[in-house]
Amino acid sequence: MKVFVPLDAAARALGADEVVAALQTEAARRGIELTLVRNGSRGMVWLEPLVEVETPDGRVGFGPMDAASVAQVFDGGPLSLGPVEDLPWMKAQTRLTFARCGVIDPLSVDDYRAHGGCAGLMRALGMDVEGRLAEVTASGLRGRGGAGFPTGIKWRTVAGAVADRKYIVCNADEGDSGTFADRMIMEGDPLSLIEGMVIAGITVGATKGFVYLRSEYPDAIAMMNRAVLVARTAGMLGPSVIGSGLAFDMEIRVGAGAYVCGEETSLLNSLEGKRGVVRAKPPLPALEGFMGKPTVVNNVISLATIPVIFERGAAAYAALGIGRSRGTIPLQIAGNVARGGLFEAAFGMSLGGIVDGLAGGTATGRPVKAVQVGGPLGAYFPRALFDVPFGYEDYAGQGGLIGHAGIVVFDDTADMLAQARFAFEFCAVESCGKCTPCRIGAVRGVETVDRIARGDASAIPLLTDLCDTMKAGSLCALGGFTPYPVLSALTHFPGDFACAREAAE
Amino acid sequence: MLDDQAILSRATEIVQAHQGVEGALLPMLHAVQAEFGHVPQAAMPALADAAGVTRAELHGVVSFYHDFREVPAGQVMVRLCRAEACQAMGGDRVAAQVQARLGLDWHETSADGAVTLEPVFCLGLCACAPAAQVNGRLIGRADAARVMAAVAGGQA
Ligand SMILES: Cc1cc2nc3c(=O)[nH]c(=O)nc-3n(C[C@H](O)[C@H](O)[C@H](O)COP(=O)(O)O)c2cc1C
Ligand code: FES
Repeated sequence: MKVFVPLDAAARALGADEVVAALQTEAARRGIELTLVRNGSRGMVWLEPLVEVETPDGRVGFGPMDAASVAQVFDGGPLSLGPVEDLPWMKAQTRLTFARCGVIDPLSVDDYRAHGGCAGLMRALGMDVEGRLAEVTASGLRGRGGAGFPTGIKWRTVAGAVADRKYIVCNADEGDSGTFADRMIMEGDPLSLIEGMVIAGITVGATKGFVYLRSEYPDAIAMMNRAVLVARTAGMLGPSVIGSGLAFDMEIRVGAGAYVCGEETSLLNSLEGKRGVVRAKPPLPALEGFMGKPTVVNNVISLATIPVIFERGAAAYAALGIGRSRGTIPLQIAGNVARGGLFEAAFGMSLGGIVDGLAGGTATGRPVKAVQVGGPLGAYFPRALFDVPFGYEDYAGQGGLIGHAGIVVFDDTADMLAQARFAFEFCAVESCGKCTPCRIGAVRGVETVDRIARGDASAIPLLTDLCDTMKAGSLCALGGFTPYPVLSALTHFPGDFACAREAAE
Repeated sequence: MLDDQAILSRATEIVQAHQGVEGALLPMLHAVQAEFGHVPQAAMPALADAAGVTRAELHGVVSFYHDFREVPAGQVMVRLCRAEACQAMGGDRVAAQVQARLGLDWHETSADGAVTLEPVFCLGLCACAPAAQVNGRLIGRADAARVMAAVAGGQA
């Protein structure tokens, strides 16, 4: 009997290892031989640990499983979910980047190839540099790390730079609250990220890559390190990638708990062994990046999407989406939701469809009050804006951002003044200290919100002034975007700022 | 306890194992911390030499990163997520309860060296919040009882 139990960190945090032990005991008791595969997660976190059993009619699921209920995997029972691919959450998705995640054994090259892995790399190897650059550009892919910069343009800049060495740096710092897509793909389909980095390397002329992976993800670190060894053995990495004569190899580097090191220039300083302070731009990292050499810095999802773009063709990818937001985006639905997890879809879903539909409203059963999109630097959206379609320009037009596509839902017990205070507090803790608007502004922000909380309405204009100063004068988006959560809380939920005042009067 | 000489010689071995690594300082610091549980003063000269920086510059790097400790942590490390998705699921309440039960504020270590409490901003478990990590083990949908049980397990 072939059984799949995810090794994804969320599944493990919900008891997957205990389920594995119980399954093994139960199988032994029944005299059944168990073939156990530790797969990634399908992304239905509310069903984790999700146990799957291979049957002639496909894989059937059982979840959320716990150690005491494993007999149901053999006998059926209330936790039985039927064919996993037929679950509404699975059927409604367009899984391109995450096509293999949760399906295959993450470290099996055979599984990987059997499910389309390496097809993109093979096609890319058959093209010249210009062809590869044109393919990435035509796909419309924009950076999934937050800034949404067109990947093709970035690669072209690095490809055109003349230098003795160039680098590919994968940004796996994923510090935004509400996001876990990078973690899931690194744990569930690490070879797709490696393949994407190889394609980037052979396109821009870089022979060395680094993944800068946050220390908060020990499982992903272990998996990526093992995957690099597997990829080397399989010839995906090394002096001659798949016998092409082109060299590319890579290393996994571990961050040290600084949110700002997700900012690309801070990341590069950190990778060089320095304090992770932000560098002034220009020079662009594309021209003077790691060790002063031309460097592609791309997010995990940007890079892990490259293989499927080459596999299916840029036109197929670009056919999905809205406006200048092409292709798919892995939505990460988190916080106070009945159904949380990762849902990959073409750009364009409405926020209401995501929150009320997919997520099924709140976990607490109370009304949704606010939804923060795009991490700690993203705006809080009220229900009145639930029709905004998921896209870069659409969110920017509402004073927000999609960031890394984390969606954090709050019920009506949330205190938006407290959330605004937290935004400043977080910025103060994580500021790299290089620029004054961020370093000092965040501290002043906490003080100003506290004044409002004490009933001092005259502090409200000070708060908006401070936000203007931070927006205009900060060196990077940490100080520059902290005003988004603050001002959106103030604009859309004025009652939370006013009742403190009334209470004091 | 290792004496300073022993620490320095072990740190020197770690440094040598990183020869030829590009931008080796963070990997070396992680390796030193994995070995000693913190970055001891006695290891600094070896690290500064290898990285080609002054002691003051090295201190600047070590103090910049939340992960690196200049003093040892408790036997059990408790990390509670304080970020937004966990807040939305009552993380602040769980944190207050754990703080009260441990008698510790953020960044504190109990007097007997048994437990250290640290905040963390997101463990990537935002769809099963609130999240905690006790001696490396992740806990989803954490409550005070489960965190305290894991602490007790870690001390045993
Ligand atoms: C404070 C701050 C934190 C950031 N954190 C991340 C991060 O964790 N991961 C990421 O990919 N990009 C992050 N970014 C964006 C990066 O600076 C950069 O735009 C990105 O890595 C480029 O890759 P992409 O074009 O593939 O998105 C952050 C930016 C700022 C200002
Ligand atoms: S916000 Fe707590 S785990 Fe992500």
